[in-house]
Amino acid sequence: MEVNQMQRSFLEYANVLFREGFLDGQFSQLQMLADESNPDFVVEVVSLFFEDSQKLLNDLTTTLDQQNVNFKKIDAHIHQLKGSSSSIGAQRVKNACIAFRNFCDQQNVEGLSFGSSITFAFLFQLEQQIVAAGGAIPILSEFS
Amino acid sequence: MGMTAADSQFHVLAVDDSLIDRKLIERLLKTSSYQVTTVDSGSKALEFLGWNGDVRSNPNENEISVSEKNSQEVEINLVITDYCMPGMTGYDLLKKMKESSSLRNIPVIIMSSENVPSRINRCLEEGAEEFFLKPVRLSDVDKLKPHIMKTKCSDIEKPEKEEKQENKESIETSSEIHLQKAQTSTSNTLL
Repeated sequence: MEVNQMQRSFLEYANVLFREGFLDGQFSQLQMLADESNPDFVVEVVSLFFEDSQKLLNDLTTTLDQQNVNFKKIDAHIHQLKGSSSSIGAQRVKNACIAFRNFCDQQNVEGLSFGSSITFAFLFQLEQQIVAAGGAIPILSEFS
Repeated sequence: MGMTAADSQFHVLAVDDSLIDRKLIERLLKTSSYQVTTVDSGSKALEFLGWNGDVRSNPNENEISVSEKNSQEVEINLVITDYCMPGMTGYDLLKKMKESSSLRNIPVIIMSSENVPSRINRCLEEGAEEFFLKPVRLSDVDKLKPHIMKTKCSDIEKPEKEEKQENKESIETSSEIHLQKAQTSTSNTLL
């Protein structure tokens, strides 16, 4: 599929993602930044986001599995994920981060485990939606 | 990444530990016709700015050597930095720049995903021109030019004292604007 055609179909589908609450207004900002000289911008940033987020969530899971959980590290991971999901407009992922960050303050390992699973689920869901729209995003290989 | 500063273009140095945010700010700035260099830490920023480590924290300004100025090969017109970064925070970077005679006149903008009024005020008091709440938008980037131009003009005309006065006056209005922005930031507009 030619890049522009792919881009166009994805962008059309994005409206569905807005309606369903997967994406928020920040995503429109990204769309505004893609133009003829940078047609791949949105796809590039979104791909980066999925790669980055998957790694973050994996790191978070590893940290949670430790004997002595480093809550400071976990908080940093969630903060980073919240930041990047906010930057691309991944609304559900962002909101999930905001919600489960509280478990960090409470040092609630079970809550954090649960929270990270939900966040992973939202991430996976978003990625599936984008792939369905024809965007060339690498699929999350593991769902832990 | 073009290193030679074109006469007609302003060069912005963007500092952020997040790759996604670096990509975003780079695109925002390039779309607004700025030349951009991005780095992932405060220490790399200082390195890029040609900050000569041997000479800085020396309070005796007479000892600042000429070589510090010469080592800054690329002219940076503005630095925009994230606040929360591991190691050197945006605030630390700001402070170091203001303590350096060769870097203190470069306008600095701080960005943060967290709206903490005390943090905002602290940065503005230390000399940051403005504080942007993340995610940064095109409308924020539109606000950069005046800061660059103000510094350029004051380099030629006004003495340093007057410039500091102006910055103080703008602190209150800037923090008001950003607190307002924070309140309205939850209502996102879909285009």
